[in-house]
Amino acid sequence: MPNLYELANPERFERWARPAIPWLSGATIALLLAGLYYALFNSPADYQQGESVRIMYVHVPAAWMALFCYSTIAISSAVGFIWKHPLADVAAKEAAPIGAAFTFLALFTGSIWGKPMWGAWWAWDARLTSVLILFFLYLGYMAIWRTFDDKARAARLAAILAMVGFVNIPVIKFSVDWWNSLHQPASVFRDGGPSIHASMLPPLFLMAGAYMFFFAAALLQSMRNELMARRIARLEGGEKKTAATLVEQ
Amino acid sequence: MKKKTKRLYLALGLFAFAAGAVALTLNALKGSITYFYLPSDLAALDERPAAAIRLGGLVETGSVEFGETEDRTRPHVAFIVTDGENRIRVAYAGLLPDLFREGQGVIVQGRFTADGDHLNADTVLAKHDENYMPKEVADALKEKGRWQDNGAANYPDKGASGP
Repeated sequence: MPNLYELANPERFERWARPAIPWLSGATIALLLAGLYYALFNSPADYQQGESVRIMYVHVPAAWMALFCYSTIAISSAVGFIWKHPLADVAAKEAAPIGAAFTFLALFTGSIWGKPMWGAWWAWDARLTSVLILFFLYLGYMAIWRTFDDKARAARLAAILAMVGFVNIPVIKFSVDWWNSLHQPASVFRDGGPSIHASMLPPLFLMAGAYMFFFAAALLQSMRNELMARRIARLEGGEKKTAATLVEQ
Repeated sequence: MKKKTKRLYLALGLFAFAAGAVALTLNALKGSITYFYLPSDLAALDERPAAAIRLGGLVETGSVEFGETEDRTRPHVAFIVTDGENRIRVAYAGLLPDLFREGQGVIVQGRFTADGDHLNADTVLAKHDENYMPKEVADALKEKGRWQDNGAANYPDKGASGP
């Protein structure tokens, strides 16, 4: 077991993240192909929803990832805010667009499932509304990073938003239990085990695995890009300073 | 106090403050966050609400009557929404969602007639429960008599309980 602190050192990070990305990408593609095959061709139609149940295999894992990515941001933000760890802020920043994309995917696929099943594209019930708020939190978080030139200041303010916004995560999870809602209650992570038939679980979990590996691969790659961009900015800044001092002389 | 510890307390304080504020707000808004009322919630009131409301429950088996509106231009449907304890009659003119059927959860939106006799719905939404299974499995369960009519289980809390 390597020391986690050493792995998080930017130079060491580059050393293990770079070779890890092709493996993570490969696993993403393999799981995605298997998941889509099961979801579209090798799983039964639902007794009530018919073929529309297949939307669930894209929708439910995307909703899980929406919560998971936000939790990643909140935890990384806390580590960055409290212990000033250099990589934590980068991880939080780069996880945001990926999480926002998953949240959008969950909202979008939920909408196209809702129209034929419920009879409505959208309803202002507690689950749908709290996930929409999550989407706006992601956008707000990303906007803060773009608002300030001073990275340290941006990181601090973004971290505060991310930590405060974490309150929304349990609200989303339990919204279907606390209030009467149009959205159905949890089907997988619930007391008494999944209420989804075993024949429908393989595509669900394969897709969830694919999303997870995608998140890991995309996060590591964007973190590398960000670290490189910061290094370039530092070097350029250094050059300008040298040039300026030369002019002065 | 070390700076690190200070920041740790600051972060914890911020989160606790936000969590408290949100919990209080949600608790205060409890009634309006609930997407629909159950027939029993309405039965507990002294009179029928005058405003438009959403009513949720199961379509009572055997209660659905199809017809036409009086001007014979649109399909008309009448049914009873029940939560096992109280029942409310609903009238609706329009297209029904695919999942609408007897024994199925629905949410109807509309106003009560002046005499409080029934609810004139302008929207009918079908509610889907948390069960997913192939048709063969559902049939086999029904055949073996192990089918649980989980209708009532879909509406676990009579009246919304807050966080």
